Amino acid sequence: MKGERPVTDNEGIIICREVHKWFGDFHAIRGISLTVKRGEVDVICGPSGSGKSTFIRTINRLEEHQRGQIIVDGIELTHDLKNIETIRREVGMVFQQFNLFPHLTVMQNVTLAPVWVLKMRKGQAQKRAMELLERVGIPEQAHKYPGQLSGGQQQRVVIARALAMAPKIMLFDEPTSALDPEMIKEVLDVMKELARSGMTMIVVTHEMGFAREVADRIIFFDFGQLIEENTPEEFFHNPTHERTKLFLSQILQ
Amino acid sequence: MADERRTLHEVKGVLPPPSERIPVLRWLKQNLFRSWFNAILTVVAAAVILVVVYGLLRWALTEARWEVIPTNLRLLLVGTYPLEQMWRVWATIYLVVFLFGFSSGLRGGLIRRVSAGVAAVPIVLTVLPLPWGTRGWILGTAAAVAVGLGLGYLGKGNRWSKRLETAGWLLSFPISILLLNGVGGFLPVVEGRNKWGFMLNLLGAVVGIGLSLPVGVLLALGRRSKLPAIRLVCTAYIELIRGVPLISLLFMASIMLQLLLPANIRPDLVIRAMMTITAFSAAYMAENVRGGLQAIPKGQYEAAYAVGLKGMLTTVLIILPQALRAVIPAIVGQFIALFKDTTLFGFIAILELLNISRSILGNLEWRGRIFELYVFIGVVFWILCYTMSYVSRRIEKTLGVGER
Repeated sequence: MKGERPVTDNEGIIICREVHKWFGDFHAIRGISLTVKRGEVDVICGPSGSGKSTFIRTINRLEEHQRGQIIVDGIELTHDLKNIETIRREVGMVFQQFNLFPHLTVMQNVTLAPVWVLKMRKGQAQKRAMELLERVGIPEQAHKYPGQLSGGQQQRVVIARALAMAPKIMLFDEPTSALDPEMIKEVLDVMKELARSGMTMIVVTHEMGFAREVADRIIFFDFGQLIEENTPEEFFHNPTHERTKLFLSQILQ
Repeated sequence: MADERRTLHEVKGVLPPPSERIPVLRWLKQNLFRSWFNAILTVVAAAVILVVVYGLLRWALTEARWEVIPTNLRLLLVGTYPLEQMWRVWATIYLVVFLFGFSSGLRGGLIRRVSAGVAAVPIVLTVLPLPWGTRGWILGTAAAVAVGLGLGYLGKGNRWSKRLETAGWLLSFPISILLLNGVGGFLPVVEGRNKWGFMLNLLGAVVGIGLSLPVGVLLALGRRSKLPAIRLVCTAYIELIRGVPLISLLFMASIMLQLLLPANIRPDLVIRAMMTITAFSAAYMAENVRGGLQAIPKGQYEAAYAVGLKGMLTTVLIILPQALRAVIPAIVGQFIALFKDTTLFGFIAILELLNISRSILGNLEWRGRIFELYVFIGVVFWILCYTMSYVSRRIEKTLGVGER
């Protein structure tokens, strides 16, 4: 969060070194190196197909990187299942297509992982879930099914579901791209509140207003490479790269 | 936030939908006599239906000798189960209908409708010309449902009663088998050749349904496993079993198994038949379940992994509930097929309902009463199969709440 960042230590909570990823012959990520500090809010943008979603999905191993090194909170992502499980417990994720569990109520969606993964007592998990649903502004929907909610409400449930695991990092993969315009704001408001609370966040989004307001850093991807990273002011007013300028001119009309 | 939606009546210009009631005459004209061709079709179809129904009714009411059914009812339903041991059959029936009553008292909803049916059947059955003692036993089942219902009501809200219910249903099966079959030292064992009748079709179906679903689920998961050995074994099993007619599998179980197994291991013929039908049904079940598994979007796995669930928990908590729900119609179809296939047991000399009917036909007194018996068999099977189909439709509807 800009200005009053609550955490002081400077060690990176996410360290990526020369990360590569191929889909068959297609070289999707081409040597990304990036360090994210505790409490930092990073926005990743770039044209579609530039590898930004794939990149953040490597951080909790939904995609496997094939070369390079990813270290999350001091734990390196390798084939070791224990490491992967530990990292997934510490990293929450919000998807473009929500991916709520449609056969479970909102309450069950939020309490599932704390009960089964953290072995939390059911009553305690429900109490926490209620607090989180209040935090994202939809406590009254607790006993409905995902299919009965609007897109914006569903996405807020997804955020609550991720927060229920008390993650240290939150990944957002185009959280507002599947939403109607009138629902984008309600999700962004929740995300802004989360950013102000000191959560480490990596957000893939095209919402430049959000980026300007809360991002510490904007990272521009193209062709699987990190083209430019900068503070929002510099990024919007003095982009250094031709590719960035072109992208900004298209997106900021 | 956008939660405060305006309700419809606050918005101007909202009208109720147009009335859809159509007068009878207009409905007839629209649907049956729209054109000359339609009118002719209607008249011809009506004539055919009338002739068939008239013929059927005339036969059923004047020519048929229905007494073949009540006279042989005991034989049809329980085979030659010894008369002095019949209380064991009744005890089993009472146990099951009591559980139906208990569950419906506790829960209400769908199970209550089914229980109402369970209680109504004996009351209808007492119309049949049966000995008074039998009528008493039959009416007792309605009473057992009522007692269960009452206890269920009393237990409502008590957290132990639900556990009791689950335990009751789970235990009811071994208890029934022990009761019917006998336990050395306590209850005299009833010889395999003497029991069964329709009871065997029912037990075969319950065993088959109860076992083939879990086995089928495991096979389906195995076929999608990442481990080549498991995948190969499951695929081979499914394709092998599906490629062979059930009747030939039953013959193999009845004859070949004795050649293959050592002489001291020789499971009862009925057990072998039940295992065979389970193994057969499980292969089909596996493919039904696999269809459901394939319908689950990748995002569901990703979301489960992202909140920290491991592979096994993801399958059990997230994937299977959705996959099974998606293929309820196919699964229930398989249940129904399995139930009807139990009549094939007759071909390996097991006296199930169909086979017993044929032996009744061998009796001079009932020679030629073939239609009465087969109509009876048809009606009995239809009632139970339709019940399964009805329950499945209701379950689909209930579970539809959270559909996306």
